[in-house]
Amino acid sequence: MCLAIPARVVAMDPAADTATVALGTVTKAVSLALVEDVAVGDYVLVHVGYALSRISPEEADRTLALMAEVARCGDETTNPAGLGGEGAS
Amino acid sequence: MRYIEEFRDQGLAKRLATSIAAEADPGRTYRLMEFCGGHTHAIFRYGVQDLMPFNLKFIHGPGCPVCVLPIARIDQAIGLALDHGVTLCTYADLMRVPGSERRSLIKAKAAGADVRMVYSTQDALAIARADPGRQVVFFAIGFETTTPPTAVALRQARAERMSNFSVFCNHVLTPPALRAILSSECDDGVRIDGILGPSHVSTVIGSAPYGFVPAEFGKPLVIAGFEPLDVMQSALMLVRQLNRGRCEVENQYTRAVTPEGNRKAQALMAEVFELRETFEWRGLGHLTGSALKIAPAYADLDAELRFPMAPGEGREVKGCECPSVLRGVKDPVDCKLFGSVCTPENPMGSCMVSSEGACAAYWSYGRYRNPGPVALEARQAPGEAA
Amino acid sequence: MGERRFPVRLDLRQGTVDLSHGSGGRAMAQLIEELFQRHLDNDLLRQGNDQAAFDPPPGRLVISTDGHVVSPLFFPGGDIGCLSVHGTINDVAMAGARPLCLAAGFILEEGLPLADLERIVASMARAANEAGVPVAAGDTKVVERGKADGLFITTTGVGVVPPGVQISGDRARPGDAILVSGTLGDHGVAVMSQRENLSFGTDIRSDTAALHGLVAAMVAAVPGIHCLRDPTRGGLATTLNELARQSAVGMRIREDAIPVRPEVEAACELLGLDPLYVANEGKLVAICPPEDASRLLAVMRAHPLGAQAALVGEVVADPHQFVQMQTRLGGGRIVDWLAGEQLPRIC
Repeated sequence: MCLAIPARVVAMDPAADTATVALGTVTKAVSLALVEDVAVGDYVLVHVGYALSRISPEEADRTLALMAEVARCGDETTNPAGLGGEGAS
Repeated sequence: MRYIEEFRDQGLAKRLATSIAAEADPGRTYRLMEFCGGHTHAIFRYGVQDLMPFNLKFIHGPGCPVCVLPIARIDQAIGLALDHGVTLCTYADLMRVPGSERRSLIKAKAAGADVRMVYSTQDALAIARADPGRQVVFFAIGFETTTPPTAVALRQARAERMSNFSVFCNHVLTPPALRAILSSECDDGVRIDGILGPSHVSTVIGSAPYGFVPAEFGKPLVIAGFEPLDVMQSALMLVRQLNRGRCEVENQYTRAVTPEGNRKAQALMAEVFELRETFEWRGLGHLTGSALKIAPAYADLDAELRFPMAPGEGREVKGCECPSVLRGVKDPVDCKLFGSVCTPENPMGSCMVSSEGACAAYWSYGRYRNPGPVALEARQAPGEAA
Repeated sequence: MGERRFPVRLDLRQGTVDLSHGSGGRAMAQLIEELFQRHLDNDLLRQGNDQAAFDPPPGRLVISTDGHVVSPLFFPGGDIGCLSVHGTINDVAMAGARPLCLAAGFILEEGLPLADLERIVASMARAANEAGVPVAAGDTKVVERGKADGLFITTTGVGVVPPGVQISGDRARPGDAILVSGTLGDHGVAVMSQRENLSFGTDIRSDTAALHGLVAAMVAAVPGIHCLRDPTRGGLATTLNELARQSAVGMRIREDAIPVRPEVEAACELLGLDPLYVANEGKLVAICPPEDASRLLAVMRAHPLGAQAALVGEVVADPHQFVQMQTRLGGGRIVDWLAGEQLPRIC
């Protein structure tokens, strides 16, 4: 049961232990009861009205870089036998 | 939308697909089980299977808490609403799940029961605060992602001394379910080569608890992020492990998952819940130490203790193959009811109702595919802007 | 100035609807005169009979009706009043017809504040005036508290089809182009953003609008349009499936061609909704022969209500009558009918 969305913290209400997060220009109030040391500008995963964890920008960049590198290597390889063909053009 | 759109990039997807096809050994097949229903949904919604080579197949696992909820527990929830006159708060996903005799929460609501769809346990608390004279029960389901929010609600209800709030707890645990799937592999005759581990369960529990999968069952496990590119990269990582004879837990979702997980959430859960000795899972049978109940310290907020509820039998519809589909033993099309009697409008079992159940996903997204690009450009007159 | 018909004016600020307002007696007459007629005033309504009489222009007549039960009654960008006017104008316009007039039936719940009712009726009047389509006849009933969600409005519309135009859901043919007039999902998300339990701050407004002007321009440029339909409840997905079934064809669309505002996209992400299934109230789907597609698209884009029109796919031969979509990722999936009501998912 996994639908959690990354959203940016735009405002905090420490007294209520909540924050306002934004996804694009859509904002929502979420509870911070499950996280610590969250600051405005951080990205958090939102699940059923709660922030579940911070997203690490460094790790996100690293993952994307790995994907791009793999993809680049893939471009240089040809494989007549294993290619799926459907949509993978 | 940052951290979402980059992981759905079409260009990267196509090239990743080429890489996977290049590295997949044409001499073997790769059967990868995505445990989490959210991954099943993503695979179907984005058509990820189309981008995989012919010899790589996704097996849909049971990680859908709606799908594995036994009928008897749905019956009890319906009973709470209809017979005990409580206000039953539930996540939307449960509204249409058929219980015994095809009853459901949405039908109970139509019959006059006070069933309210909520987005968060905070909403349920607000409903209870707004009407102190009425008993409000929160129907709690979910794996470890969704359990901490219930824990927060229980602690808050205790702190505010709310006497009209309680929780009907059906939270379940991922590692025991994984273990059950892998243990029954021989019996079922389903070969699983590797596992795509859940994204957000792992955010909570960390990557450490999956060590038993390679250690005891000799299968590699890659914790996969939620977006289609994450799924593809994780599939590639599994293909590589299998090709090189490696067998370990890897974390693809490093931007949200750490080895130790969310300690704060874990502590909250440990305070409020304890293990049930056994719990019946739809499709997997009785599993020991696989589910949570409310700890004695919070017993006064336990709906199972506050309201007398008959245990109920929970009769599966005859012919419904949800149990087999959940274990990846059968495909939805193998079920005689699929598409004939059982459709999303008229679901017989939970796999069809839940938006991430394999049957629903297969019906909605994959019943018939005529792959190939849709050419819009050809329709434009020369010189016209797109 | 003659004698006032009703000694005490309606208390439009603090008053509420009660059962006497629907009983046919003086109270009802006063409600009609001081509230409804004050705003909806036009020649046809002033005839003052149980029916309005007029001479129809030459041509084929069309008639359509729609019940409006939206809750909440007021939402960003509109309310049930203008929605009921736009909705029926659009249903008539989807035949390529010019709307002539509307009739409106009101079912009011006992206890509905008169201030709300006036706001709604004023909004209807504004919408009708701007569209140039008068509300020619009406009816009012009152039901007991709890039997209506504030109020229900049913509007019926009559229109006339220009000669040579034959637009119908069974006319889609393999090879035809599929176009949409603009961004999808605005209305549904705007309404959902107001409902309790799902409140979140957005600047999304309903797209409710009367489309007959846009349709007139389209039909003038491409009289050979095959199908028009407005994707209201159930969204684009449902509308395409309806047309596919009526015409006994299949369809193939491209996800990356479908216009969705980033805010709507974000709201749908948060709620676990698919924009393809979210309601629209100011958009239309057009299906036309492939050689007319470019011209039709240009005409739509030249109109304020079609500025973001887009070509999204093609009609194909398919005995299964599936609507299929090439996803953003390049894979394929079916876009099925909506099953039940689309509820936000958390899984």
